[in-house]
This record gives sequence, structure tokens and C-alpha cells, in this order.
Amino acid sequence: MKRNIARCLLAVAGLVAPILPASGARAQDDVVARGEYVAIASDCGACHTVPGGAPFAGGLAFHLPTGTLYAPNITPDPKAGIGQYSEAEFARALQKGIRRDGSSLYPAMPYPSYARMTDEDMHALYVYFMRGVKPVATPIVQDGMTWPLSMRWPLTIWRWLFAPDPQALRQAMAARQFPDPLVARGSYLVEGPGHCGACHTPRAITMQEKALTAQDGPLYLSGGDAVDGWRPVSLRGEDRTGLGRWSEQDITRFLATGRMPLGAAFGGMTDAIGHGTQHMSDEDRLAIARYLKTLSPTAHTVAGGWTYDPAASQALHAGDVSARGARLYVDSCAACHRTDGHGYPTTFPPLAGNPVVMDPVPDSLIRIVLEGNTLRATRQAPSAFVMPGFAARMDDGAVADTVTFIRAAWGNGAPGVTAADVGRVRRTLSPAHPPASLPMN
Amino acid sequence: MSTDARRLDPVDVVIVGGGWAGCIMAKEMTEAGRSVVVLERGPDRGTASDGAYPASIDELEGNFRYKLFQDLSKHTVTIRNNSRQVALPYRRMAAFLPGEGVGGAGLHWSGVHFRIPPDDLRLRTRVIEKYGAKFIPEGMNLQDYGVTYEELEPFFDRAEKVFGTSGEAYKVNGQVVGKGNVFSPSRSDHFPLPALKDVYTAHLFRKAATEAGFHPYSLPAANASRQYVNPYGAQMGPCNFCGYCSGYACYMYSKASPNVNILPVLRRHPLFELRAACNVLKVELDSDGRRATGVTYADAEGNTVTQPAELVILSAFQFHNVRLMLLSGIGKPYDPARNEGVVGRNFVYQNVTTSTVWLDPKVETNQYVGTGGGGVAFDDFNSENFDHGPLGFVGGSPVWVNQAGVKAIAAAYSGGPPGTPRWGSAWKAGMIDTYRHSLRIDAHGTNMAYRDVYLDLDPTWKDAHGQPLLRMTFDWKDNDIRMNRYVVDKIGNVAKAMGARRVHLTSREFGKPFDTRQYQTTHLGGGAVMGTDPGTSALNRYLQSWDVHNVFVIGANAFPQGTGYNPTGMVAALAYWAAHHIRTTYLARPGPLAG
Repeated sequence: MKRNIARCLLAVAGLVAPILPASGARAQDDVVARGEYVAIASDCGACHTVPGGAPFAGGLAFHLPTGTLYAPNITPDPKAGIGQYSEAEFARALQKGIRRDGSSLYPAMPYPSYARMTDEDMHALYVYFMRGVKPVATPIVQDGMTWPLSMRWPLTIWRWLFAPDPQALRQAMAARQFPDPLVARGSYLVEGPGHCGACHTPRAITMQEKALTAQDGPLYLSGGDAVDGWRPVSLRGEDRTGLGRWSEQDITRFLATGRMPLGAAFGGMTDAIGHGTQHMSDEDRLAIARYLKTLSPTAHTVAGGWTYDPAASQALHAGDVSARGARLYVDSCAACHRTDGHGYPTTFPPLAGNPVVMDPVPDSLIRIVLEGNTLRATRQAPSAFVMPGFAARMDDGAVADTVTFIRAAWGNGAPGVTAADVGRVRRTLSPAHPPASLPMN
Repeated sequence: MSTDARRLDPVDVVIVGGGWAGCIMAKEMTEAGRSVVVLERGPDRGTASDGAYPASIDELEGNFRYKLFQDLSKHTVTIRNNSRQVALPYRRMAAFLPGEGVGGAGLHWSGVHFRIPPDDLRLRTRVIEKYGAKFIPEGMNLQDYGVTYEELEPFFDRAEKVFGTSGEAYKVNGQVVGKGNVFSPSRSDHFPLPALKDVYTAHLFRKAATEAGFHPYSLPAANASRQYVNPYGAQMGPCNFCGYCSGYACYMYSKASPNVNILPVLRRHPLFELRAACNVLKVELDSDGRRATGVTYADAEGNTVTQPAELVILSAFQFHNVRLMLLSGIGKPYDPARNEGVVGRNFVYQNVTTSTVWLDPKVETNQYVGTGGGGVAFDDFNSENFDHGPLGFVGGSPVWVNQAGVKAIAAAYSGGPPGTPRWGSAWKAGMIDTYRHSLRIDAHGTNMAYRDVYLDLDPTWKDAHGQPLLRMTFDWKDNDIRMNRYVVDKIGNVAKAMGARRVHLTSREFGKPFDTRQYQTTHLGGGAVMGTDPGTSALNRYLQSWDVHNVFVIGANAFPQGTGYNPTGMVAALAYWAAHHIRTTYLARPGPLAG
């Protein structure tokens, strides 16, 4: 089944000749099924479905610097959802950022990426949302944004300035050369429906992504600004802070299970895997991996690749905890991540050589120490693992010391952090997860 | 009560109890395409909620306030030493610690994961072959299980792979492959993980036991020596020897439990439903009592609910299974006066005594470190590994150092050597000396079944649902005391080889009754045993009720007598064995399984 869907998608992506099914009910079902897969590849659920809530009934909060935004209900309910959208209105909203009433969407909706999607995918997606999704009559009330940012007219100007024209974009894409069809497919998935750049590409002061495709230069996917307090890492080929040391297999395994020998999912990627990539076909995950591996490292990265330095491990084995944060690390982290920083790959992730640890922006690491992390179960990896948060046990200074140790040890060589850095991240923490949301294994 | 009960839509299989046996059966039945409801009396539990670091490694909460254990204010048993006494309720946890909640004893256990010795499975036959029928003491109901090691071997292997068991094999497919237990039978495969490392005391014990002429081996432990992915795809972390195993949900995900090793997969299965806080009151039978129609339970809100099912599997703790059979009228209750009837018959315990050895004050024994299932044992005096002829007793004991991590309160409780004051500076000095420089050696022995040791329903005491409590009638017998004293004496030899500064050998004393106030072990067994004779067993060799063919009863209740080993490995293998025969034979043609 997955294979068939993948093949259909290859077809609609225009990479192989389309194989259109016969007309009638069966064809409708196929379109709904294809649309469901497009919704998975587009990761609609990550924003529009809250944990435990009805699919696509909306409500997920985005804590933006400008206020709180709630993802709307996109079920086919005519009042609370998008039931009254025609297919053209639906496509206009998804690809140009214009609502049915003519007002503009916040660019939290990744329409600049969806602009790249094919008409066939847009059609399937529309059919799926109208016929394959259960209507939910609960409206989502938008009340989080404060004036003047609550006004939508500036968004229109933003849109004029920064949103790509879907037609022009697709023409440009058609002219691109790829080393093989899989890379082409990967570029479509990553730059288009997957909208990876929405998090992993830096944004300008005016909030537009600095690059929308690989063609726009090396800022594309070079690491994004904090989203909900998490700092998305670079997906380019940097050895220390990107995917330079991740193989194709590492990436596909990560997208399927959230875990691979060099790291584990956290933050927003947990939802992207949970709603999206774990449900994709093996071929599409491979396409994404192969495409990502074509992205060169950005120029400004530290010279020299990461190599393991045993000095910190040897010191700890000798009982030397004089390094800043060493004692805290041994007491609170080493049981799982080990004194040698290697962890227990795919169960407890390594800290030695982990790009998240060496990122120039330490926020994600600080936040994981404060808040903990849940590595969720996926179809291929049924076990969840929960790291406890240390916010209640460690003050800002202690967290800063611990993080500094982790960033310095085992050849990581990343600069230390201050208590003020930790305090800044601590202020962004959302309330603790209710116990009901914890995995039960 | 059943007439007022709300009646639910039927399911294929209803399973009572969400521990190892229940989860294994649920997994197997969903694999067979059957819809399954597991009813668990206690709360739902998981590592993130019950094993969160560091809050979970709280000795007071775990080992003294019994967080993961049965709420005795609602349900307990009554106990007496003999039928001339009036039994009284077991109101405070002491001698044994039954669990409660999803995972059951499989969540709070230590992790020692054995296969049963082949001779133990046919102990009656073996004893008669070797020593003659007259060797069996008067009043001992010595029995065979009705199943052989060869038959169970694939299921022991399966259980070890699911549990991620660490150990070292001796023989695989008849070839000697390692330094495992020389008395252990051949295996079809190695342990899935290498043996845990010896803690220092276990290392010393291994050396001394070898010097004393015995054959030490690493205890097989379901505490993962490395990270592990089991055949279901469930992952375990590696054990870090923190010592918080028995009484705790392991925060490292390294102690095998139904919660970590099976439920992650089961919970995602569309045919599976888990209902926590549902206390099963009885199995419903049809009008002639030959077929079960489902079970009736009290839910968390106090509603009485009937869950109809085609197949009923009792997989609660040993004595709960026996009690449910008695409350439901499944099988003939045991009558000790006539040694007839089967439900309640052959109730057995385990015969454990712990001796202490003090080493040179320069030797730090680091007792705080440990792992629940790890350690070093020798089996020279277990099962039929030695000649009982001149000794005049049936049974035996493995001997081991199983340092599971001595925590602060436990250390303070045990204090110093016998004779040390219970308070003041002498107590303190004795406690510190003992904690820092001693080690403990267990004789973990068998307990045979006796005609006047049994389970029945108490005539006086009732539980929170108004149902009679189960009554235990139990005492130690001379055969078992002689066995214990013989084996404990051998511990003296090992202590000597260790260069002990002081030794306190603890053995059973003749005439000293079973004392419910002292923790001994939670390894209770029997009461609804398996066998090939409906006159002496409640279950056939497939753990199926002889009387009600669509009731299977899985647990240590099936053991005809107590073994020297920890029971979980055997319970898990029996669960897979029963499930195999249900899947391959029973589901196609429901009825009594023959052969």
C-alpha cells in the first residue's frame, strides 16, 4: 500500500508518467488516500491537531515573539472549519496565504513552501480534507495576538513582499537539474510539502525565510531561529553542527523512529516525526536523506571536523571532577549518557559529537536539561524514553555549569554558557506536561 | 451481584491480571487475531510516571510504604500455622509482598530469571527412581508437573529473548560453550545478553566458592547488561547497578517488566484493551458449571460489570488465582482431612535464609551498589544435583550472593551483628561496620508440599467487596528445615575460604513456626497445580482447568512444590507454553486439551 502511494506521489510530482486510476468510487478512494499521504508529507497534523484531540480540529498554540497564535480548525465543518472553501480557495490559502474572506494568513502557515506543491497534490489534499476528514464543529478562537500585530493588513504587505508566486516557482523548479530522480523527489518533499525550512532556515528581521530552496544559497536549512524555544539545527553538511556525519541510513532511520546512533529527536521534530515522517514510505524518507546529503556545509563553520577527545572521560574515570560542571554531570547525567559521553545509542543519545550539543546557539541543550524530553514511540520503534527535566532541581548556575561541561567535553569544544543564558531559556518554558501525556512503557 | 451487573459486548478473551502472565497471554492472543481485554485491579503504571528519576529512587516510598504493592486495607489474606488455630488477616506487609497495578509483580520484582531444573519438573518420579517410594516423608504431596524440560525449552528461550536476559550459558545444543552453571540443562541458544559484571562481593564469593570445591556461575538476570531490542521491537536501557530494582519501576528501562518489554507493543494493538482499576470478583459459569461465560468485576467507580468472553485466562498473582477459582466454583476445593479435592492443595512457599559474613575492615564491600537479578550462585546442593540418600530429605537450595543494593533505611534496620544493641553508639558502630564490610549469602531453598498446608476461603474475614478472604494454613516442616540446615552449613565453608572475620549463619530452627512478621520472599506457589492426574491437580499440563475447559490459569499457582529458583522464568515459560497450545489446538477446537 505504502509503495503504491509512493508511486502515485512520484507520478503527481511529474517525475514519472502519471498512472491515473479508472473513474468511479475506487478512483475517489485513491484520491482520498493520496491526499491523506500528502497531508502526512505536509505535516498538517503537527500544527492543526493537538495531542489527544480530534484530527485537524486545531488549537495548537504558537508562542511567537509577537504573541500567541492558535492553529485553526481545518476540518470540513462549514462553520468552524474549512467546509465552505472551494478547491481554488483552498489552493489560494495554502499556496498564497489568502483566506477565503480575502484576508491574509500569518506566515506561521508555511504557504511560501506549499507554493511549490503540484496541482495534483493540492487536488488530492483538498479531496482528502473534504471527504476523508471528520468535521468538528468546535471553532478555534484567535485572541492571542496583541495590537498592532493582531491586525491582518500588514500581513498582506508582507505577503506582497516575500511570498513567492506559485506559478513562477514551479517553472523555476522544472528547470532544475538533479543528479537522480530520488534527489529530485527529496527536493520536492523538503522544499515543498515538508516545509523543513520553516523551522530550519533562518528568518530575516521581517520574518521571511532567508532562502526557500537549495537554489537560494547556503543559508537554506542552515539552522533556524528559535521556534517555541527550540533552536532548529542545520540540516546541511557541517561536520560539527549539521548532518555532516549522518549517513543516508542515519537520516532515514531518524525520520522513521526519532532515534539513530548519533542522536534522538526532541522539541518540534518530535511532532514532525510523529505526525509526518514516520508514516512516509521508505522511498520518500530515502529521497529526503539523499537530498539533504547534497547540501554543502555553510562557509562560516568551524574548520576541522569533530573527533573524539578522551580527556574528559579519562579525568572522570580518575575521579577528577575539577572541570566546570563535571560533578553535576556525573551525578545527574552520566547514568544514561555515560562519563564517556557516548550514551547508549538509540536508547539514550550520545552527547559526544552531537550536533545539537555543539550548536553555536545553546538554547536547545539548555532547554532539554531544564525540561527533559520524551522520545516518543513510533510505528517502527514502539518504546518511548523519557528524560526527566532538571528545572526544579538545578538553579540557573548549575544548569549553566552542566551544559558548559557537556559542550566542552569529548572534543565538542563549544563555548560555555552563562546563568543568564539559562535564565533566558527558563523564562520561555511552558508549564510541565500533565502526567496523562507521558508514555506508559 | 452478577444479576445487577452491567453487561458489556463480548470479547474473545478476557484476562485477569496485568502482570507478566497476563501480558504474555494478551500478546499471544492478539497475535492469534483474538480481541483481548486485560482487567487489572490496580492502577496503570509506566516508567515515566512510576519510575521518574530521581523521585522514584525513594527507599521510604518504595520499600517501606510499598508504593507498587497491594493495598492490604482492601484485600489481603488470613494466615495461621495450622488448622487448630484461628487465622487472622495479614494487615501489614512483611513476610511476602504481593504487587498491584499494571505490570504486577513483574514491575516490582528484582529480575532473577531462571529456567527450572529438569529434575524439579518430575521430582516425584526422580525421587522414587533414586531413593524409592518410602523416601518420601509421610504427609508430603510430592508431585510431577506433567511437562518436561525438553517440551518447555523453546518457551524458556522465548521468554529470555523477550525479557532481554543477561547470563552465561554452559551448554548450547549439547556443546559446552561457556562458564555457566554446570548443573544446568542444555539450551537451544545463548542468553540474549552477556552476564552482568560481578559486583565485588559476588567476585569474592565466586573465588571462595571455587576454592571450596563448588561450581559458581552468574545468576541469569533480566536486568539488561547492555541496551537491547527484544523480538517485539521493545527497547531496554542498560543496567547501571543503582540498586533500585526490587520495589521500584526501573528508571533506566533496564529491568525487564511487562510495562517495558511487552506493553509498548500491546497498547498499540487494535485488538487489545487494558482496563485498570477493575477488580474481578468472579468467573461466570454457564448453568451446568462446565463452561465459563465471562467475568464480573467492580470498576473504579464501584459499578459491577460483566464482561462476556469465549476464553477466560486467570493470570493474577498465585493466591489471587486460587481464590478466584474458589469464589467461582471452578474445580473441587481441597479437603485436607481426606487429602482430596484440588483447589487450595499443595500450597507452597520458598525456604530462604540469609547468612552474613564480615570481612577484614580494610575490605569495602560497597553494598550500596547492586542489581536485582545479578550475582553469583552455585547449585551443588540444589535439585537432584547431589545425593539425598544419606541425608534423608527431599529438596535443595541454590546458594548465592545476590547483592541487590543495600539502601540506607534497610542498612539501619538490619543494624549490626546479633547481640549488637538496637540503639546508641554501639548500634551505630555495628551498623557501619556491617554496611561497609559485610556481605550476605542466601540459601534459597525449596519448600515441599504437605497435606496439611493449604489454601481455602476464610469463614470469617471478608474484603472490601464483601467476599471471603483467602486463608493460608502454613508452617515449616522438618524435611525442609533439615534441608536448609544442611545447605547453610556449606555456606560456612565458603565464608572460611573468603577469610571471614566473623560469620553469622542463619538457618531454620526445628519447632520454630512460620513468622509472618519477617520478610522472607514473595515466591509463593501452588494451590492450583498442574499435572496429569485430575485427582491431584487442578489444571492439566497445559494449565487448563480440568473442569471448565475455557479457563486457563497461569502462574506460580501451577507449581506442585516450591523450587529453589525464583519463579518468574518458569511462569513466563508456562505462559508461552499454554499460549502455544491454545493457539495451535484450542482455538480451532475448543475443549479439553489431551495428551
